Amino acid sequence: MSEVTIAPLSAIPPGEGRNFEIAGRRLAVFHTRCGNVYATQAECPHKQGPLADGLVGGCVLICPLHSWKFDLANGQPLLGDCRIETYPARLNDRQQIVVSLPS
Amino acid sequence: MKKQNLVVIGNGMAGARAVEEILARGGGDRFQISMYGDEPYGNYNRILLSNVLNGSQEESEIFLNPLAWYRENNITLHAGVRAETILRKTRVVLSDDGNGEPYDKLIIATGSSSFIPPIEGLYASDGAYKQGLFVFRSLDDCREIAAYAQGRGRALVIGGGLLGLEAARGLQNFGLEVEVVHRAPHLMNQQLDAQAGAILKTTMEKMNVRVHLKANAIRALGAEHVDGLVLEDGRTLACDLIVVAAGIRPNIELGKRSGLAVERAIVVDNQLRSISDPNIYVVGECAQHRGAVYGLVAPLWEQAKVLADHITGANPNAAYNGSKVATKLKVMGVEMASMGVSEPQDENDEIVQFTEPKKGTYKKLIIRDGRLIGAILLGDISKSAYLTQAFDREAPLPDDRIALLFDIGAPAKQVTVEDMPADTQICNCNGVSKGALVACVKGGKRSPKAVMEATRAGMGCGSCKKLVGEVIEWACGGAVEDDPSVHYYVPGVPLTKPELIKACRERNLRSVSQVFQALAEGKEDPASKPGLASLLATIWAGEYEAESDARFINERIHANIQKDATFSVVPQMPGGVTNPAQLRRIADVAEKYRVPMVKLTGGQRIDLLGVKKEDLPNVWRDLDMPSGHAYGKSYRTCKSCVGTEFCRFGVGDSTSLAIRIEDFMKGLDSPHKMKMATAGCPRNCSEAMVKDFGAVAVEGGRWEIYIGGAAGAHVRKGDLLCTVASEDEVLKYMSRFVQYYRENAKYLERTYGFVERVGIAKIREVVVDDSEGIAERLEKDLARSSAAYRDPWKDLVNAPGPNQFHSVLTVIQ
Repeated sequence: MSEVTIAPLSAIPPGEGRNFEIAGRRLAVFHTRCGNVYATQAECPHKQGPLADGLVGGCVLICPLHSWKFDLANGQPLLGDCRIETYPARLNDRQQIVVSLPS
Repeated sequence: MKKQNLVVIGNGMAGARAVEEILARGGGDRFQISMYGDEPYGNYNRILLSNVLNGSQEESEIFLNPLAWYRENNITLHAGVRAETILRKTRVVLSDDGNGEPYDKLIIATGSSSFIPPIEGLYASDGAYKQGLFVFRSLDDCREIAAYAQGRGRALVIGGGLLGLEAARGLQNFGLEVEVVHRAPHLMNQQLDAQAGAILKTTMEKMNVRVHLKANAIRALGAEHVDGLVLEDGRTLACDLIVVAAGIRPNIELGKRSGLAVERAIVVDNQLRSISDPNIYVVGECAQHRGAVYGLVAPLWEQAKVLADHITGANPNAAYNGSKVATKLKVMGVEMASMGVSEPQDENDEIVQFTEPKKGTYKKLIIRDGRLIGAILLGDISKSAYLTQAFDREAPLPDDRIALLFDIGAPAKQVTVEDMPADTQICNCNGVSKGALVACVKGGKRSPKAVMEATRAGMGCGSCKKLVGEVIEWACGGAVEDDPSVHYYVPGVPLTKPELIKACRERNLRSVSQVFQALAEGKEDPASKPGLASLLATIWAGEYEAESDARFINERIHANIQKDATFSVVPQMPGGVTNPAQLRRIADVAEKYRVPMVKLTGGQRIDLLGVKKEDLPNVWRDLDMPSGHAYGKSYRTCKSCVGTEFCRFGVGDSTSLAIRIEDFMKGLDSPHKMKMATAGCPRNCSEAMVKDFGAVAVEGGRWEIYIGGAAGAHVRKGDLLCTVASEDEVLKYMSRFVQYYRENAKYLERTYGFVERVGIAKIREVVVDDSEGIAERLEKDLARSSAAYRDPWKDLVNAPGPNQFHSVLTVIQ
C-alpha cells in the first residue's frame, strides 16, 4: 500500500464528492457532513455513472444515473448487484485528505 | 454433527429456488452449500428479461438474490465457473477452472439453452456467431442486443412463440422495424390453436410487426455481420440484426457425460432424484418427470418444494406428481390465458367457443366428462381465475356452459377472498398461495410490506399486488398495520408533510442539515435530501439556506445529467418565441463547444446535448440567456400556440399569456416537475388539456383552466377547474392552485396524482370558492417565492462552489 496526499479537505464541499486522477487511476473522493472522508472507484459498476456526482448521507452513496446504492465504508451494494472498490482514506494533521492505494 | 456437502450446479431460478426452500427447512444447519453458476451475477428473474429489453424495467429490478444473499447464508458461489464433470464414484464435481468440489448430495439445475435451428451461415470465419446475430436467454444477451440495436433499421426474429414475440416487442422499442419468421402455421402454437393464433397475428400486424408463417429459415446472409435471411420458399428478407428465439433445449450434456439416464432431459423419480443415482437430484427445465419436461416457472416451484422436503428430511414421504400447466400472459399488450390442451383429443370432447375477431377476443374451452381439460382465452381473460381453479381441481362444471365464458344477467359475481381455497395461488411469479400469506400474517407480520418481503408475493412482475393486499387485509381481520413510512413526506424523517412543515416553521429550520439534526436524530438519509431541499425552498422562499449537497446533481449544477456524464443545456425561451440574433448566438455556442447534438425539446425550446461539465460556465456566459430549468423538480415551461397574433382562428393571446406565466413561475421548486400550456382557441394545438396546468381561450375573451392533465408515462385529461374572464384571473387561480399543490402534494407526486387523490371538487372549493380562507395567503406565498428568484446560471458563473465544474482533479503529491 502507498499513501497519497490528495487535496486539502476544503477542495470538496461537505456532503459532496470530486474525482481525482492518481497515476492513471481515477478515484471518487467524498467529504461527508459529519467530517469523514471516503475514496471509491469513480464509476458505478452498473452503467458507469459518475459516483462523485451522487447523493451522500451518512456513509451511504446513491449513483446519479439509476440510484444504485452503496456503503461508502466497505463498498457493499445496498441496492443493486455489484460492490464498488473502496480505498482507505483519512485526514492528516494539516486537514489534507490522504488515500491508501495498493502499490 | 458434521455438515454434509451439498453442491448445486446451476444458479438460475430453479437452483436458487431449491436452495431457498432448503434453507427455509433448516438446511443451513445440515448442509455446507456451494453453487456453480455460468453467469457472473447473483440470481435473477429470467421471466422479466423481456421487460429489461423493452425498457420497462431496470436490470437491477429483476435480481432475486444479490451476491450478498450468498454470503449471508454462508453459500460458496462459484460465479462464472462451469461444472464440467461429475465423478460419481468418488462424489466430486470438477469445474472448468481446474478445481474440484466434493459432495454428499448434488443438485443439477442446469436449466436450458436457446435452441438454434439448423440454418446455414450463422457463424463468421472465426467460428463465433456473426455480428448482429443473437439469442435471447440471458442478461448478457439483453445487453448485447440493446447495444447493437441502436441506430439500426430492421430486425428479424426467428420464432413466433412467447419468447419470440416478447423479443419483437423489445426490439420495436429501439425504433426498429420488426418482422417475425415462424415455422409453424400459426403464432404461439404451443399455447394457442389456429384461430387464436390468427387473431393474435392480426393484432400484431396492427402494431406494425410483420409476421411470416410457415416460414422456414435456411440461410443467413452476410460475411462478418448478418444482412439478410433466406427462406425455404426462396424469399430473401433483408435485415440488420437477427434474434433467434426458436425455443429452448434442456442442458443435459453434463448428465450424459456423467452417465445419468437421459432422454429429452435427465430422468427423475417422484422425489426428483435421478433414476440412476439417489445422491443426485435434478430440478427445473433439465428434469424429465413421467415423460414431461416443463419450461414454465410454476412447475419448477412445485419441484423445488418437494426436493427440499425430501433432501432435508422435513418430509421423507414428499412426492412430486407432475404439474398441471396453466399460464396467464401478456404479449405485446394482449392478455391471454391458456391451460391444458388446445384442441379436443377425441370426438367425445366438447368444445365451447366464442370469437369476436374485430375486438381481438377469443375464448375456447375443451370439456371432457363435465370437467375442463383445456382452455384458451385471448383479449378478455376476466374468467381466467375461475377457469384455472376448475382446471386445477378437475371440478365439475355448471351445466350452463355460457356462464363459463361470460358473466351474463346477474351482476358479476367475484370470487371473494374468503371463498378462495387456501391453496389458490395468488402470486404466480413466486408461487405464493393464499394459505402461505395467511400463515405469514398469523406468524406476526401485519403490514403488506412486511408480508410481501417475507413471502416474496408480489415481488415478481407485481401484477398481483392488489390481490395480495386484499388477502392480507382479510387475514388480519381488517387490522392491517400501516407501514408508517408510506405516509411520511420523505422516508428519512418520520413526519407527514403538514407535520414537517409545522416543525420547520416552529423550530425555524432553514437548511436540510438542520432538519436531520432536529427531526431525525442527526441521521442523514441521502434519498430524502432533495425532497427536503424542495420543501424548505417552498416554505422559506428566498430565506432558505441552500446546501448544494442536498440537491440531486441536476439541481446542483443546473443542467440535466446524461448517460455518459455529460450535461444538456436548455436556455429559457418564454412562450417558445425566439429571434434570429438569439438563434445565431446558440449556433455559435454549439459550434464553439462542439456540442454533439442540438435538438428541439417537447416544451418548445432548444436543447444543447452532450456538453462537458467543464464547459458549462463558459457555455452559459456565451449564451447570455437565463436557465430554462429543463432539469429540476420544478416549474419547467409553458408551451403555447401563436394565438391571436398570426393565427386566423385565435380568440385569445396565448403567446403573451405563456410569457407572463413563465416570467412568474420560472425555476419554482415543486414536488415534481410542472409543465404548462396555453392555447389560443379550443383547437388546442398546444395540448393544454394534458398539462399540469393549462389555459384554453374560448370565444368571448374567456379562458378555461384545466389542472392535473398528463401525457407522459401516464395519460390523463385535465379537470376543468373554472372558466375566467381575463389573463389576470388565469394567473390568480394558477397561483392558488400551484401553491396549494406545493404545500400539500407528496414529494414526487405529479399533479395528476395529486388532483385524483385530493379530488377536483375539494381543490375547486379551496382554490376557487376559498372555503378555507387561505386563497389570498396562497397567492401571496407564491408571489414571495417568485420574487426571490435568481438566475442560477448567472450565480454559478459568478460564484461556483469549490471545484464544482471540474470533472477530475489532480492530486497534490
